[in-house]
Amino acid sequence: MADQVRPSRLFKNLNAKIASIPMILTAVVVFLGGTAWTILYSFTDSKLLPRLRFVGLDQYERLWSAPRWLISIENLAVYGVLALIFSFGIGFMLAALLDQKIRFEDAFRTIFLYPFALSFVVTGLVWQWILNPDFGVQHIVRSLGWSSFTFDPLYNADIVIYGLLFAGLWQGTGLVMCLMLAGLRGIDEDVWKAARVDGIPTWKTYLFIVIPMMRPVFITALVIVTSGIVKLYDLVVAMTGGGPGQASEVPAKYVYEFMFRAQNLGQGFAASTMMLVTVAIILIPWAYLEFGGKRRG
Amino acid sequence: MHSVSVRDLTLNFGSVSVLKSLNLDVEEGEFIVLLGPSGCGKSTLLNCIAGLLDISDGEIWIRDRNVTWAEPSERGIGMVFQSYALYPQMTVRGNLSFGLKNQKLPKAEIEKRVGRAAEILQIGPLLDRKPGALSGGQRQRVAIGRALVRDADVYLFDEPLSNLDAKLRSELRVEIKRLHSRLNNTMVYVTHDQIEALTLADRIAVMRGGIIQQLDAPQVIYNRPANLFVAGFIGSPSMNFLPGATVDGGRSFRCGDHTLDLAGYEGGAVLDRPSAILGLRPEHLDLRQNPEPGRSLPAVVEIDEPMGADSLVWLKMDHRQISVRLPVERRLKPGMQVHVHVDMSKASLFDAATEQRI
Amino acid sequence: MADRPLPARTPAASRLAEGPRGARPRPTLSRRNILLYGTLTVIAAYYLLPLYVMVVTSLKGMPEIRLGNIFAPPVEITFQPWVKAWAQACTGLNCDGLSRGFWNSVRITVPSVILSIAIASVNGYALANWRFKGSETFFTILIFGAFIPYQVMLYPIVILLREIGLYGTLWGLILVHTIFGMPILTLLFRNYFTSVPEELFKAARVDGAGFWTIYFKIMVPMSLPIFVVAIILQVTGIWNDFLFGVIYTKPDTYPMTVQLNNIVNSVQGVKEYNVNMAATLLTGLVPLVIYFISGKLFVRGIAAGAVKG
Repeated sequence: MADQVRPSRLFKNLNAKIASIPMILTAVVVFLGGTAWTILYSFTDSKLLPRLRFVGLDQYERLWSAPRWLISIENLAVYGVLALIFSFGIGFMLAALLDQKIRFEDAFRTIFLYPFALSFVVTGLVWQWILNPDFGVQHIVRSLGWSSFTFDPLYNADIVIYGLLFAGLWQGTGLVMCLMLAGLRGIDEDVWKAARVDGIPTWKTYLFIVIPMMRPVFITALVIVTSGIVKLYDLVVAMTGGGPGQASEVPAKYVYEFMFRAQNLGQGFAASTMMLVTVAIILIPWAYLEFGGKRRG
Repeated sequence: MHSVSVRDLTLNFGSVSVLKSLNLDVEEGEFIVLLGPSGCGKSTLLNCIAGLLDISDGEIWIRDRNVTWAEPSERGIGMVFQSYALYPQMTVRGNLSFGLKNQKLPKAEIEKRVGRAAEILQIGPLLDRKPGALSGGQRQRVAIGRALVRDADVYLFDEPLSNLDAKLRSELRVEIKRLHSRLNNTMVYVTHDQIEALTLADRIAVMRGGIIQQLDAPQVIYNRPANLFVAGFIGSPSMNFLPGATVDGGRSFRCGDHTLDLAGYEGGAVLDRPSAILGLRPEHLDLRQNPEPGRSLPAVVEIDEPMGADSLVWLKMDHRQISVRLPVERRLKPGMQVHVHVDMSKASLFDAATEQRI
Repeated sequence: MADRPLPARTPAASRLAEGPRGARPRPTLSRRNILLYGTLTVIAAYYLLPLYVMVVTSLKGMPEIRLGNIFAPPVEITFQPWVKAWAQACTGLNCDGLSRGFWNSVRITVPSVILSIAIASVNGYALANWRFKGSETFFTILIFGAFIPYQVMLYPIVILLREIGLYGTLWGLILVHTIFGMPILTLLFRNYFTSVPEELFKAARVDGAGFWTIYFKIMVPMSLPIFVVAIILQVTGIWNDFLFGVIYTKPDTYPMTVQLNNIVNSVQGVKEYNVNMAATLLTGLVPLVIYFISGKLFVRGIAAGAVKG
């Protein structure tokens, strides 16, 4: 038989290349291309339709002087910090409780996690109903005799964000618990034995031995929870619609309103670019920690 | 015509050169074992022959065909893997016939070949079971069967016995040897186990760093290793190495204050070398009460390890540890003064600089 | 020594299956146990409360709701709110209830799940077993893309969909779900197929199987659990979507979540809380049923989906 020729590089593995076309298109056209497009057009004065008339940083100046955007950012910051603290605190506590070799662990875990299967819209509507001042918690406490009791977060601009927090935590803490539980299970049982032999109290073992060992789990959970918080949208729309007034506006809603309602695309692009920057600030140090030095992805 | 011929094979992973301009000719019906420590490139070489790795340079011929760029299935090979690599969701029959179905062979022919392989390997009763329901030894038989049904020109084995326990390993080793003598096919067999290599091979290729160090019959590899690496790698416990120099025009070996007569040494011209290494296998040494000038070295017994059939005696000689294999009846007490008698006709002498056999 | 590759388990999920590691339990009814189970039961009650409130409210008549408290069980059980929510509730001018949204969601979810899993599984398989130059780079972009806020890509996708004539159609939304499901699903399948011993793949190549034969005959049959995980992940994810539904469909084709929000938060008319809760429950029913049936597989899904934003 005649000498065979080395096959061309392009056609080698052709099926795999064909199979990867959707991924390549998604990665390059939608993710990279779409992001670049939005960033580019955030420097234009696009209104109803996108157009390439550059106005420098005008959109950003307008954005950062818009009270509604400032409220949105402040809300997101307050919600984000509190949601992180409480979901981590409660999530870890639940995981630690479930990790005590208890009976019915599966049942408890199923209960703590089920809200995560529900959509934010459903979550928002249920809590809207529970927090309804005329029928819900406030009404019940008052009818028990404490007639001056007031708890109406959805109608009080000062505390509406805590109302959202109630619902958000109910929905999302189970996820953190699950991740933490996996982290706890990843710790060698000998660590517990050693700590007991050394006579270290349980709480100290958790605080000084177990939690430091779970650093990777905490980081993963942090990244997941944070990037979820930045996207906060459905919950607000369903529960408060951004109200009362503009008291519970969030950036994702701001973007939607300007892009698809107010026909002010440039503002929408600038706001969404700011969201991207927020995520990048969180993500880049993480990616550096996680993948820096090692091979990529 | 060679059965398998590897010509100037080079394989680079990035800037790392895994195989370096390697040549290997396998005769028709020959059983070749590729032996070496992990990372020596033996499995890589086998994967190149199988076509599972794209090579950087060189050619691979099987029979009279240049298969350098052929698909694995077009090379006329059958392959057996370390982890058996049976398709878990298929029955044993399905595993054996999968490749034949891909070749679009007629049903009757598939039946015939599966039946024959099952008979040879005595796995007939297992044909309708799934791999998960088989023991390790049975799985490996099925894996061998899957290679056999292909009626290949060459069978490739990639450490097929490494996942089995010691007893099964020796059983299947015998079985593979029987299989080879019955079928008389060319086989290329990768292992890091020297017992497998020594027992199975017609020729052993000892590899290190992507290079074949020595390609010879097992007895030659064992008795006349080509270099220090091969000498040290083959044999357990490994060969004793005595550093020293050859003097008197290559007639004597000087080691510290002692001198050994090289008269019986079978090798090339020794000449005077300021730095040489004498290699002595533990079983080629004997211990006696009395010295014999030029043929023995004094030593002190450290430990005596009886091992059933024989016993291994560890001695101290000028702060150097050497081992001697003796019949188990001869018990020695630690601290005894003895003399190690050397059978120079079975010794190996290496140049310390080139590490090559003299 | 097993050659049967274990179903790929993300480390997290497999650890969950291993059993607790915490301090050793003491005899039953100790003070510690009462405290432990007491705490867990109270918290569990808190977590179950909204579900309970939904159920009881949806089974009450409006007069009873106006009088009583939301936690009280219904005095007189009525299924009228459910019927109304399903068949008569109004959004704008349409008064054919949530059923329209339900069927829209079905028509969106089923093709999206099939399409996204088909594409991502083949893709993950190619990435695991048939790497080519640049494949890892594209994959890295894809994974990092999962963290980009959707808002950045919303409008470019509007333009893309308009260009190919799918804007506002169900198929446009299906495409969007396929695109945004791709990072997590590809990661899921790639990791799974990478855990399949490489020798199995080599053996199949020696046996003359090519790209598609290995995929359909070897890989798919041995990865059914991971397909189930992917289906759970996608059905709940797509069913619960709100943002893409609002943006890429028209009122006629709104998915259930969007229609639910429009029904409940509509400002016209008298609020019928029992109907609203029945509608909410109806919308949550599909993911809840999947959740309770799938059990640990759901946990595996979210552990695998841990990278999803």
